[in-house]
Amino acid sequence: MKIDAANLDFEQLNKALKNVQGDSIVDNCLGQRFIGVKRNSGKLTLNGTPGNALGAYLDGAVIEVFGNAQDAVGDTMNDGKIIIHGSAGDALGLAMRGGEIYVKENAGYRAGIHMKEYQEKKPVIVIGGSAGSFLGEYMAGGLIIVLGLGATKLPLKNFTGTGMHGGKMIVRTKQLPEGLPPQVSAAKASMADLQEILPYLTQFSALFTISLTPKKEDFFVLKPNAKNPYTKLYTEN
Amino acid sequence: MAINFLYPEYEIVRKESRCIACRACENQCAHGAHEFLADKGVMTCDESKCVNCHRCVCICPTRALKIVKSGNAYKQNANWGQRTVDELYRQADSGGVLLSSMGNPQNYPVYFDKILLNASQVTNPSIDPLREPMETRCALGAKPHRIERDKKGNIKNNLPPQLKLSMPILFSAMSYGSISYNAHESLARAAQELGIYYNTGEGGLHEDFYKYGKNTVVQVASGRFGVHSGYLNAGAAVEIKMGQGAKPGIGGHLPGTKIVGDIARTRMIPEGTDAISPAPHHDIYSIEDLRQLVYSLKEATDYKLPVIVKIAAVHNITAIASGIARSGADIIAIDGFRGGTGAAPTRIRDHVGIPIELALASVDKRLRDEGIRDNVSLVVGGSIRSSADIVKAVALGADAVYIASAALLALGCHLCRSCQTGKCNWGIATQIPQLTKRLNPDIGCKRLVNLLSAWKHEIQEMMGGMGINSIEALKGNRLMLRGIGLNERELAVLGIKHAGE
Repeated sequence: MKIDAANLDFEQLNKALKNVQGDSIVDNCLGQRFIGVKRNSGKLTLNGTPGNALGAYLDGAVIEVFGNAQDAVGDTMNDGKIIIHGSAGDALGLAMRGGEIYVKENAGYRAGIHMKEYQEKKPVIVIGGSAGSFLGEYMAGGLIIVLGLGATKLPLKNFTGTGMHGGKMIVRTKQLPEGLPPQVSAAKASMADLQEILPYLTQFSALFTISLTPKKEDFFVLKPNAKNPYTKLYTEN
Repeated sequence: MAINFLYPEYEIVRKESRCIACRACENQCAHGAHEFLADKGVMTCDESKCVNCHRCVCICPTRALKIVKSGNAYKQNANWGQRTVDELYRQADSGGVLLSSMGNPQNYPVYFDKILLNASQVTNPSIDPLREPMETRCALGAKPHRIERDKKGNIKNNLPPQLKLSMPILFSAMSYGSISYNAHESLARAAQELGIYYNTGEGGLHEDFYKYGKNTVVQVASGRFGVHSGYLNAGAAVEIKMGQGAKPGIGGHLPGTKIVGDIARTRMIPEGTDAISPAPHHDIYSIEDLRQLVYSLKEATDYKLPVIVKIAAVHNITAIASGIARSGADIIAIDGFRGGTGAAPTRIRDHVGIPIELALASVDKRLRDEGIRDNVSLVVGGSIRSSADIVKAVALGADAVYIASAALLALGCHLCRSCQTGKCNWGIATQIPQLTKRLNPDIGCKRLVNLLSAWKHEIQEMMGGMGINSIEALKGNRLMLRGIGLNERELAVLGIKHAGE
């Protein structure tokens, strides 16, 4: 089913989408929020620029955006896949708890903030270009991959991994990120790390027709130092 | 060896003539305060480990035990009180931030205790609730501003989703993790039996409790623990937690020691990992951003459930509430500075925020002045201790109240304020299986039902005395209140007259 989103506000558009089972194509997206909220099956193809909270609580559907996305893509997403043929705004994958997000270009501030994981449920974010400040802040689980394609310097900004206490970030960079917070340790990627990200890199290549030749020397891994970072902060009173 | 400056605040007094050395106290104390000396055949104790929770006192079959305040005293000083000095020693020992729990115990004014209720005499006769109908039911949610009619002139149902309560009381948020499975079960079952609601708190909803969904408020906090589409749609309302009265402006850290088994699964984080709720929601920096979360939750629940926004009572509460009332939220919950917590920095708990009575009176007035009072219902908590507090809160403008400390007291809590240790001897604020099994949900549910049934009748008695037969007619009825021992400014903020006026 094809929907023309021109002149539809978010309530009208999302109501139309909720009435459709299976795959849909939405043309002329222009900032409508909450598209694909909690959708659990089928595929949504969006042409244009969807608004904030795209695919919030997504529960299994696939969303592909031909354009850029705004803030809070995949907010508290549980399952499914979001593919963005462009850049994403701030708080990408906020509190994500499952599924995969692929961004061809860059992500704004606070990507992957407070991602979590539990046993087999492990969310993944792949950012083709660079990430903004506070990447993986409060990260409690999951995997963030930053490829730095087209970046001339470190594809990370300030305060990466502040408060991180779980999960892993793998960054394609030749230089060790500097100024990381004390909770985060950085090391060269191992063969096992490379093996772990290869399936996602293959997907990325296929989705955006970008050829990658990953070598483990090209990657750094960022991990938390402790899963209980604040234990020593308190004294019982 | 370093000298320990701290002398225990309480003494365990054991009547040796009554003690039969049955070792029940030793067995019951998770803090290890009691010990049996096998060679002498007698019990002894170490007061430094005692948290004064009264478990041993209650369990002792011969009433041989009591706990009294230690007579040990520092040189008297009106400025440097014993507590201040002890806390300083604690920090000099450890270098740590002081961590406490339950509500603010400090000696600030309790305005509920300085407000008196009215009763009818001669004219407008009082009503006897034992003989005449007395309505305590209420509905929470946005109310339509006008009646709409269809083309045939019939009234259209334009009522947004509501929570329907048999009395103006809800159990407020306490997460699974901060309190035990049995405590949650007690609350959920009591809410169902009473026709009210309990609140999951921010730790998600255990799969066993989905069946109580019609009486459940599911919470979404900054950590988004356990939040997914099924969870959001499992309850009768969704609450966005922006703040908590016990710790306004800061987040939460549930220590990894409490993240075990089901709690890890319900929160969806690995066992043993700290559950960290950031201080702010990182997607909310403005009322417009809050509106985005409100509507994303409405979209996710197909506009069938009311959305509650919970905030702590702080200085600019009126402006904040005015913003929230325009954000699309259906209910505003305000938590006063005496509200409880499973753990909060002592300094925050004791020094941040304002009393709920003042916050409530100001917010109700501001929303009425702006003509947006009907946009939202107001629920207040922190701390509601009795049916009289509830009647006063409703007369000050609340639609309903949240209770949590009072509910835990019904389950056995003795306000020892040691939840942060995770070793609650009453089986409430703990995840240790030997301790949690001490709280029997059958008994817990019954005690909660008892408490609120009694309160409901007391509310009816007080309303009847005022000649009011419906809780709705009491709402915002400040003429039923008089202040006692309050100054002009306090009376003005509360919007009430002084007794005798």
